Amino acid sequence: MDFSPQDIDKVSLVARLCFTPDERDQIAAQLERIANYLDACLADSDTSDVAPLVSITGLAGVFADDVVRPSCDREAILANAPKRDDECYLVPAIFGE
Amino acid sequence: MSLSFCSATELLTRLQAGEISSVEVTSECLRQIDAHDATIHAFVHVARDAALAQAAEIDRRRKSGEAMGPLAGLPVALKDNLCTRDAPTTCGSRMFERFCPPYDATVVTRLHEADAVLIGKTNMDEFAMGSSTETSCWGPTRNPWDPRCVPGGSSGGAAAAVAAGMTPLAVGSDTGGSIRQPASFCGVTGLKPTYGRVSRYGLVALASSMDQVGPIGRSVADVALLLNVLAGHDPSESTSIDAPITDFTDSIRRPLDGLTIGIVREHYDGCLDGDDPSSEGLDAEIEAAVREAVRVYQTLGARVREISLPHSRYAVAAFCILASGEAFANLARCDGIHYGRRADEAAVLADWNAQSRALEARHDQQALDHLEPPLSRLYRASRSEAFGAEVKRRILLGTQVLSEDCYEAYYVKAQRLRRLVRDDFDAAFGEVDVVVGPVAPTAAYPLGRRLHDPLLMYRGDRYTVGSNLAGLAAISVPCGVTAAGLPIGLHLQCPPMQDERLLRAAQMFQQATDWHTRRPPSPGKKL
Repeated sequence: MDFSPQDIDKVSLVARLCFTPDERDQIAAQLERIANYLDACLADSDTSDVAPLVSITGLAGVFADDVVRPSCDREAILANAPKRDDECYLVPAIFGE
Repeated sequence: MSLSFCSATELLTRLQAGEISSVEVTSECLRQIDAHDATIHAFVHVARDAALAQAAEIDRRRKSGEAMGPLAGLPVALKDNLCTRDAPTTCGSRMFERFCPPYDATVVTRLHEADAVLIGKTNMDEFAMGSSTETSCWGPTRNPWDPRCVPGGSSGGAAAAVAAGMTPLAVGSDTGGSIRQPASFCGVTGLKPTYGRVSRYGLVALASSMDQVGPIGRSVADVALLLNVLAGHDPSESTSIDAPITDFTDSIRRPLDGLTIGIVREHYDGCLDGDDPSSEGLDAEIEAAVREAVRVYQTLGARVREISLPHSRYAVAAFCILASGEAFANLARCDGIHYGRRADEAAVLADWNAQSRALEARHDQQALDHLEPPLSRLYRASRSEAFGAEVKRRILLGTQVLSEDCYEAYYVKAQRLRRLVRDDFDAAFGEVDVVVGPVAPTAAYPLGRRLHDPLLMYRGDRYTVGSNLAGLAAISVPCGVTAAGLPIGLHLQCPPMQDERLLRAAQMFQQATDWHTRRPPSPGKKL
């Protein structure tokens, strides 16, 4: 796993982050060191016959009755929106003006 | 003893007997906060008026003979990642600096129903990512035993508040040690219940497969008291376990007969310590205190057996990969659109317009077609200005380990290692009842020492992450003090759903020792 400054540029698009060149170089160095540690651990371990452990409790397919129940009030939810009108979130135009 | 350092159990008895009022207890906690929190900074929000009003109402109801809840009149502090409808929930992040949830976490509802007095929200590492409570956007919390030192983390505010006499009880969350390690650093008792024992509904998620809410108090009896209220099935949460709950305050009165405790070879043979120059071995004072605690168990009739957890050497790596991947997914909801911080939209649009016009002037249609749209730019700008360095590191790592190129080699491999770690514990618990060891390799360390060395910080959690990977019940209880006067914690781990056995074993230790009764000499002394 590589974290060169160029890798950070690429990954940060997917991660929805952006960095100044200085920030990018600093975080690249830190992540390289972490990645080296992870690579060494993973290379040292043999898991060829081991199934991945996905659920620690063994619970699967937990269902709830399909019953209408009160939910949060819309106004209470919209109250946290950075930008809104009376009933919707407002976002920048995607398809132009 | 002043009310501010009484155990919750004693306070409750005196409240029920009418010897003291909830207003008196709450006021004493607020006085302690006023006196010391300017230095300690355990709280990010003190619900002064609401808490006093709640306390007065509880006193009134008690006087009128109404039936009272099991925590009636006791102040409880909440880690700031638990959603509270009537108070901000910031998670220590600029992203949520103005966020006020539209609902209460299930544990908050249960505390209300138990007539607890909710005294405030405590400081934490940003989104619970950290082990020192230094990554909070509100600034660090300091250790009441020595304000030059960290309180541990990420529930450092909660542990420090209990240690400094600001609240008898607090609720934290533990994903890799975030209740137990600060409890150890602050000389209090902190429990990570079995995964699924306590509802996570309304806990702002870090790593959903490992997050667990749990109690922090001044004794095992106190955390048992709080666990009685927190634990239980919650239909709103799909990983909540539907199993009967016993009265933990009752069961801890019965010592365990024929107890066999396991000590882990890998804790002491150096194989977990790493071999690079920055690695940090198990401190000799910590090892001595843990070995002395084992001797205490022997005097109580316990047998001691050495066990091996051979895959524990991979636990930090597996945790790091899984927790980062899950955090990346969980934090994708922080987009600056629905809630949370939004960057300056006009500036983002102006920048996009300028670039767009320049490309049009150059007739560069290819570049225009690939120009990142304003909405995406707004996401990135909002997240980049709101998240701190540690959160960004983990999001990038999580993005990478979940990418197509790395998914099998890293994420799935870490899931395989997780199974090996759990299988080690399963085998160990075939031989012993409780696994005993250190919580952390060192006692509390000075602020700033590990902040810029994330790997060193992650590896400081090497004794605690295993129980999160395996879904165990685990607790930290005080077992000593270093020559520098800093607390040392003893780590006890039991199989899933054996929270009762864990608490009984921990209570045996606290009945034979007085480490949990030690208090910081001067919790708010000036720096």
